[in-house]
Amino acid sequence: MRNDTIGKTFLIAGLLSIVCSAFVSSSAVFLRPNQERNKDLDRKKNILMAAGLYDEGTSIDDQFQQFEIKVVDLATGEFTDEIDAATFDQRKAAKSPDFGIEIDQVNDLAGIKRRSQYAVVYISQDDSGSLNQLILPVHGKGLWSTMYGFLALDADLATIKGFAFYEHGETPGLGGEIDNPRWKEQWVGKKAFDEMGMTRIEVIKGIVNPSNPDSQYQVDGLSGATITSRGVKGLLQYWLGENGFKPLLTRIQKKEGGNHG
Amino acid sequence: MAEKPSKVLLDPFFNSNPISLQVLGICSALAITSKLETVLVMAAAVTVVLGFSNASVSLIRNHIPNSIRIIVQMTIIASLVIIVDQVLKAYSYEISKQLSIFVGLIITNCIIMGRAEAFAMKEPVGLSILDGIGNGLGYSLILVVVGIIRELFGSGRLLGHVILPLSTDGGWYVSNGLLLLPPSAFFIIGLYIWVLRTWKKDQIEEN
Repeated sequence: MRNDTIGKTFLIAGLLSIVCSAFVSSSAVFLRPNQERNKDLDRKKNILMAAGLYDEGTSIDDQFQQFEIKVVDLATGEFTDEIDAATFDQRKAAKSPDFGIEIDQVNDLAGIKRRSQYAVVYISQDDSGSLNQLILPVHGKGLWSTMYGFLALDADLATIKGFAFYEHGETPGLGGEIDNPRWKEQWVGKKAFDEMGMTRIEVIKGIVNPSNPDSQYQVDGLSGATITSRGVKGLLQYWLGENGFKPLLTRIQKKEGGNHG
Repeated sequence: MAEKPSKVLLDPFFNSNPISLQVLGICSALAITSKLETVLVMAAAVTVVLGFSNASVSLIRNHIPNSIRIIVQMTIIASLVIIVDQVLKAYSYEISKQLSIFVGLIITNCIIMGRAEAFAMKEPVGLSILDGIGNGLGYSLILVVVGIIRELFGSGRLLGHVILPLSTDGGWYVSNGLLLLPPSAFFIIGLYIWVLRTWKKDQIEEN
């Protein structure tokens, strides 16, 4: 059994490792551009879907052209040109000491601990140049995972145009039902804020009673997924609140009001 | 032990099917068969990995030290699976998202290591490739059968096309929710084995 000498064993193990690692790493390197592109397309598709604008027939990149992409400073609600929207990574920024900030536990309705000071938002305008839809990235903790999604607001900045998650790790069949098209449909037309500008949108326990005057702010809870439902409510409350996109929304509203009035 | 190539390739379909006779690879057969589309991709991935892993193991079979042969096989299989996973992410992103962790779990699919250990360690390269592809297709066959039943009766569709309009969408068919859950694949595979062993009585195990 000449194969079983110590020398040969090490030789085979060594050679095999080198050959295998060469294959694995070259596949990772050569395929990366394609994979990145797929991820990018997937994200864009989710934005389009949240906005209810997705059309399967035409190219996603073309459809995405209609959006104006802006980086917003969350604290002031002002757009900034200092950061390139194409390369800005909100998740990395949240972790970095320069761009991320810690969230007080009291204010941390979304359960995310840190957030980026900047966010990339997508604006679609109608032909006359006035705001048609505003799409905001939102995320927050569910039961098992952080859920990442997009919320599309109508021109009045209070009516929800669409809401969809593109990444989460909730239990399939229970919390995972946040992907259910029929549940997602419910969001369309709901009001995120009341006339006073209070964030009112919520996911209730059980089924919304349509005769209740508050039903315009309410969405059915997911049965068997109380914590996920609570997480969805929490993250909306956070991102639509003062620490989230509220400054931006208030600013746009003033400006838009000025334009029309 | 010289075997006829055609027998090596075709036997795993019914006579020595990895799932129904050897009862290997059940875990993935339960997990990913609720939709035919993922089944087809998974089946292709497993067949490719099996073919290549059998080929590579057979190629170096005379040089593998006996003491580390399992590790050598695992290394080869794991590398192949990672490459397949990378290719799927690059060219079929949607499906790789749905298959998620199960592509990675091909590494632990007992069929692949079973064939490497039982066949490729002893037989020449050509036959080993045929054995790998044959077993891959045998696995695929059962997966496709289970996938068709589960998707058709569970969600009224085949490859995403509506065949039986669901009552929840205004059609007439009340779907069988159990079929969308993994345990249903157990029942289907169980019934399949029963039918197969009624047909081929020699597969019945002696007590």
